[in-house]
Amino acid sequence: MSDIPAELKYTRSHEWVRDNGDGTVTVGITQHAQELLGDLVFVEPPEVGSSYAAAEACAVVESVKAASDVYTPVAGEIIEGNNALADAPEQVNQDAYGEGWLFKLKLANADDLGNLMDADSYTAQVEAEA
Amino acid sequence: MTQRTALYDAHVASGARMVDFGGWIMPLHYGSQLEEHHQVRKDAGMFDTSHMTVVDVEGTGAKAYLQYLFANDVAKLKTPGKALYSCMLNEQAGVIDDLITYYLSDTFYRVVVNAATREKDIAWLQRQAKAFEVNLIERNELSMIAIQGPNARNKALGLLTDEDRVTAQALKPFSAAQLGDLFVARTGYTGEDGFEVILPNARAADFWRGLVAAGVQPAGLGARDTLRLEAGMNLYGTDMDESITPLECGLSWTVAWEPVEREFIGRAAIEAQRAAGPACKFVGLVLEGKGVLRGHQKVVVAGVGEGEITSGTFSPTLKVAIAMARVPAATGDQCQVEIRGKLLTAKVVKPPFVRNGKSCLD
Repeated sequence: MSDIPAELKYTRSHEWVRDNGDGTVTVGITQHAQELLGDLVFVEPPEVGSSYAAAEACAVVESVKAASDVYTPVAGEIIEGNNALADAPEQVNQDAYGEGWLFKLKLANADDLGNLMDADSYTAQVEAEA
Repeated sequence: MTQRTALYDAHVASGARMVDFGGWIMPLHYGSQLEEHHQVRKDAGMFDTSHMTVVDVEGTGAKAYLQYLFANDVAKLKTPGKALYSCMLNEQAGVIDDLITYYLSDTFYRVVVNAATREKDIAWLQRQAKAFEVNLIERNELSMIAIQGPNARNKALGLLTDEDRVTAQALKPFSAAQLGDLFVARTGYTGEDGFEVILPNARAADFWRGLVAAGVQPAGLGARDTLRLEAGMNLYGTDMDESITPLECGLSWTVAWEPVEREFIGRAAIEAQRAAGPACKFVGLVLEGKGVLRGHQKVVVAGVGEGEITSGTFSPTLKVAIAMARVPAATGDQCQVEIRGKLLTAKVVKPPFVRNGKSCLD
């Protein structure tokens, strides 16, 4: 069973969201998502300063196998991308919830976090897909 | 219905991620495709290739039959065990399949064709066989294991009897020998040295376990694809199909034009295309910046026209994106590839990209 930390929020499209408590969130892809993708070889983080609605494709992760879009879990403005992944995309495989984070986003509406899945619902989704 | 090879249980026991491939359930990787790739380039890895189809061609008409069926000429094969790579063409010179044939005698050849094309290949082979004195025997009771890498032969030799080891060790590249119930060939699909071993299904799992014990790393179809792409080897159904001639997929070197009297299926069509000059050519691409080249991406050659990537990947050995592409014949040494709406510059090169663990790029 994949590692699904209880303190994070999740999306149906396999992003995780960490509430930084200051109106910003950190976003990455889940352990389950990186397992499905296999070894990552390229990550294109979103451009800092761009604004997105929720569920918009904003970044790309590519494994040896295929390219996948990463979606904004909630609406907001990109304030930082994880540029270290340009030279070390494997960090997403090795540490999906830590060093493998993809971008930080300033929330358009703090309430939007309530729309995300908690760890239990995401676990149920992953199990249903298996 | 998906079929299992004799090694299915061994793959599952090793934690393989299994996927459907051409009607067979096969290992994609055993944890990390990249590690398996590097293992083959640096040491030794092995692939279950039992899904491929082994057909033995026997009879007094075997040589004439294969000379008519293949664009390459089996008459080049004079030493028993010698192998030949060829395309099998239709009348329009489109590639029905690419294959390897081993010469055992003038009345006995072993042909290995792709898994995904099994049904149509067998039907075609049978149809053309009617005019010749040949028997086709599908060897479904045989498995195949490819052991590849700089240390592959040494590690595999340890599993053979003393006598067989001497024979196998002496095999030249692209040659094979039948050693008891093991058919051992010094061939492969990775650009590395190694063996492909064809053996009875009943022995396959034991042999596989013996190789694991000898330090050979199981590798899946994922690594097999990145390795063959680095080696500049075509994949049927991706780089060519029945609408593509050997001249359009970089395989003109496999067409035996001489002797001119030899009739083979597709000869008239491919001679005509050769005389007129094909409109496209098949090249290697190396992406200059960051990103990954993929099959079906559009290639733009300024002032010349457009082409398409047939296979692309991130090269684990070279750490850059590489691809094979069909581009206009007048393409020079540079082009652009459209990736998610952006045009990125790529260098046009002649494959292979990697051979025997070393980069072939300047």
